[in-house]
Amino acid sequence: MKPRQIRLSTTPTDEALAELRLGDIVYLDGLMYTAREGVYMRALEDKANIPMALPSQSAANFHCSPAAAIKPDGSFDLGAVTATASFRFAKWLPEWMAKTGAKLIVGKGGMTSKDYKKFFVPNGALYLSTVGYGTGALLGRGVEKVEAVHWNEELGLAQAMWVLKCNNMGPFIVASDMQGNCLFERENAKIAANLDKIYEGTRPATLKRYGETDDRSDELI
Amino acid sequence: MISIDLIQSTAEVLMDKAAIEIPDDYLTGLKHAASTEDGDLSSFVLQAMLDNYKAAKEDRRAMCGDTGCPRWYVKMGNDAVIEGGPVALETALRQATANATNGVPLRPNRVHPLWRTDHDNNVGIGAPEIEYGFEPAAPDEDKADWIDLITVHKGGLFGTDYRMLFPSDGIEGIKRFYLDSLVAFGKRGLACQPAIIGIGLGGSKDTCMVLGKRAACLRTVGNMNSDPRIAELEAEFKELGNSIGMGAMGFVGKNMVIDCNIEVGYCHTGGMQMSVHAFCLSSRRSVARLHADGRIEYRTDPDWFTPYQRRETVLWEPMLEAAE
Repeated sequence: MKPRQIRLSTTPTDEALAELRLGDIVYLDGLMYTAREGVYMRALEDKANIPMALPSQSAANFHCSPAAAIKPDGSFDLGAVTATASFRFAKWLPEWMAKTGAKLIVGKGGMTSKDYKKFFVPNGALYLSTVGYGTGALLGRGVEKVEAVHWNEELGLAQAMWVLKCNNMGPFIVASDMQGNCLFERENAKIAANLDKIYEGTRPATLKRYGETDDRSDELI
Repeated sequence: MISIDLIQSTAEVLMDKAAIEIPDDYLTGLKHAASTEDGDLSSFVLQAMLDNYKAAKEDRRAMCGDTGCPRWYVKMGNDAVIEGGPVALETALRQATANATNGVPLRPNRVHPLWRTDHDNNVGIGAPEIEYGFEPAAPDEDKADWIDLITVHKGGLFGTDYRMLFPSDGIEGIKRFYLDSLVAFGKRGLACQPAIIGIGLGGSKDTCMVLGKRAACLRTVGNMNSDPRIAELEAEFKELGNSIGMGAMGFVGKNMVIDCNIEVGYCHTGGMQMSVHAFCLSSRRSVARLHADGRIEYRTDPDWFTPYQRRETVLWEPMLEAAE
């Protein structure tokens, strides 16, 4: 069965979000901004003023650094865009969502269902994952133009806040729903059933590592 | 003598090709994977990747937004002479990396590990890496007065690991660490699989990592190790990885490993070092041979692991034969 394909605004209504099911394929229209560790630290820890009206201009936060350059005349040359792994940003997201009203967190690999239930569901937000990874050229085609780049001087091109005008930009996969279910955990659970069988005939390493035991009074031999 | 201007201009072309054009051997491997995949979601993902490679070539834009960490492998024929010497060569490769970062454009990924300083050009301390190999003249060559420039844009924060195993761990221990690496980094597709998995066995800790990375990045899909017993292991490990039940993005599927390449090096008698590396859905590599007479031949097979690179004896065999 082929997944459903849906077009969605980057300032989506609650009803539109409630329609989405795990595994749906989504294409985005409207403004989306990139924000990852650099932007989170600057906005939340250094308390810099966010240079956009959020969420009225955009409720979509992309965990992304584009393959792009700023030309000498100040215009932008944007090639490919793909996401970076989102689990690393969990510590900033609750505060970011409260501050910006973000409804769509777009990135690589999703978060845990615990995170979804704790701060996505209460904020009426969903997680969209990029596909692949990554379909950088296809997503690049979906960027109609670069509206602005903020904090480039402070954070560098990769960590700057890029504001992208999306036109049918995708594909993305719906990786969480309004109940806080997690697509990746659902898939992991199906795969787990086969793991014992696949590990038959293997043996654990003779020399262990800390991390395999957290008791530092243990020896590793 | 090989012209330094030719080296830099060719290096810039290679940067562009690597970022944009998926190599044919990987593409063929992925098309085969797509034809066998029956998981709904994994099938969709593989088809999207095939569309993506096409879009990248049509638009001349990078195939992935994370354009990886550009690095260089230089293989010098035994008779090659470079205008300006090795310092000029390294300058040309660094300049080509910087120019292509702004030209293609690539993502300026390289930053200082502590201060996060970004030169916005993928050049910095130790970046790009430049590694060297040397090659005697082939039997049908008078002189090896050429250099091979190979660029690899290796992606990924995930998918690579190292472990000190011992002879008592045996093949069972090697299998365990291999599966652990695939399962750990395959979940949620962090390794951006299906990938070319490279395994380094033996050497020392550092050379084990180097061997595994080169196994992933410098051998093509479908290529087998010249040692038939290692080739058997490669086939078995590919099959094993694809039997986990995990596909693209960690969704249910049967394609995790496009190919598995193993390289070995002699190690300490008490040890059995092992490293695992994943060359992702953007397996970016591009190669050119520059001849002293100015000819340039582009290709995508690095052809790094020649019999000379895997030699076991003090003397190189043809030299040994000549001496006899």
